[in-house]
Amino acid sequence: MIKVDNLHKHFGKLEVLKGISTSIQNGEVVAIIGPSGSGKSTFLRCINLLEVPTDGRIMINGKDITDKSTNIMKVRQNVGMVFQHFHLFPHKTVLQNLTYAPMKVKGLSKSDAEKTGLELLEKVGLSAKAHEYPNRLSGGQKQRVAIARALAMEPDVMLFDEPTSALDPEMVKEVLDVMKNLAHTGMTMAIVTHEMGFAREVADRVLFLDGGVLVEDSPPEEFFSNPKSERARDFLQKML
Amino acid sequence: MNLDFQQFIPSLPYILKGIGVTLQIVSMAGILGFVLGIILSFFKISRFKFLGWIADAYTSVFRGTPLVLQLMLIYYGSPQLIGYKIDPSTAAVLSFGLNSAAYISEIIRAGILAVDKGQSEAAMALGVPYRPAMMDIILPQAMKNILPALMNEFITLTKESAIVTVIGVTDVMRRAYIVGGEKFSYFEPILIAGLIYYIMVMILTVLGKGIERRMRRSD
Repeated sequence: MIKVDNLHKHFGKLEVLKGISTSIQNGEVVAIIGPSGSGKSTFLRCINLLEVPTDGRIMINGKDITDKSTNIMKVRQNVGMVFQHFHLFPHKTVLQNLTYAPMKVKGLSKSDAEKTGLELLEKVGLSAKAHEYPNRLSGGQKQRVAIARALAMEPDVMLFDEPTSALDPEMVKEVLDVMKNLAHTGMTMAIVTHEMGFAREVADRVLFLDGGVLVEDSPPEEFFSNPKSERARDFLQKML
Repeated sequence: MNLDFQQFIPSLPYILKGIGVTLQIVSMAGILGFVLGIILSFFKISRFKFLGWIADAYTSVFRGTPLVLQLMLIYYGSPQLIGYKIDPSTAAVLSFGLNSAAYISEIIRAGILAVDKGQSEAAMALGVPYRPAMMDIILPQAMKNILPALMNEFITLTKESAIVTVIGVTDVMRRAYIVGGEKFSYFEPILIAGLIYYIMVMILTVLGKGIERRMRRSD
């Protein structure tokens, strides 16, 4: 379970997050939406400490990750992250992308890591690409590899930072399908997205951020059909 | 122009033997410069300002003074610095290595900074600590980009190594000069030396291109 308590983040004088409190239950899929600059990516990046919160607390499975004594690396091993621009390692093959961290960080043997890696590639439908370099893949394929790479560490939580925003429209579906399957396995997921249809269909809850403030936190049916705030109504009108 | 290469044919093996001397100095200095250059480049991107300051001062001094001066300082200064006179070729390896480290550290620093920040973020997000992320993810990508600049540095090193002549190391240059002195004719042997250097540099160039091709496999 993730519990966020009064999270603040400043970049110099700019206050990007202005005291966000929420929690994500195990197995829950949460869509984080909002206009650009609303702080949704920063919020997500705080959960695995790619951004260090200025103030407030984040607890993951009862552990305060903002505490100075917490081993950040250990936290990150349990929190997978998928980026907008994939960030696959270009000098490693697809399979090596998947096996690198489990071998290096968890000390898995090469054969074990490759076995898990190949299983994951099959799940995302890319077994045939195991020995290709990332540059030979399409955007959608790259993102599916990136998801598999994060899953190879067997995380408890998966964070997605606009996973389909850099993709050509015809490749969005293949990535969303993989995420949908993942949601069905009971993975805890936090997804920053502009895919309203996906959020509506897959998410258990929608968090709507605007100007660094958590404006709405409601189930998707409620949020999309009957948003409480003026700002959410405005936003949805522009999106749909 | 009357060139007479005929009379230098007996001296050719003597000059050619200098290639070994030159290569030995250049390769050892190259390794020293590369290793020290990597360390200095890490200092330069370090969070600890003090380390960056040391590395910058180092680069500034070695880039700001003539190489031949550094060579002479190390060679002639060694009795006062460490109590005994070091071997001329050791002095050459030391000064060339230390000098190239200054340049190589700048090349590597720029190469590391040019790698997409997303790469280190991806490694961090997977729980990979700084050092292995640097060694396995960032540095290999940086190397690919800086290879041409690095090759350039090694080529410069090979040519500049000719200045060991001034402290009496019998490399290609010095041997050509000695042969010229024996025959009271410098033009031909120095032309021969020039050709030898040119061929060495061409071999390095081809070698560099080959390595570059190998590294671009993933493109």
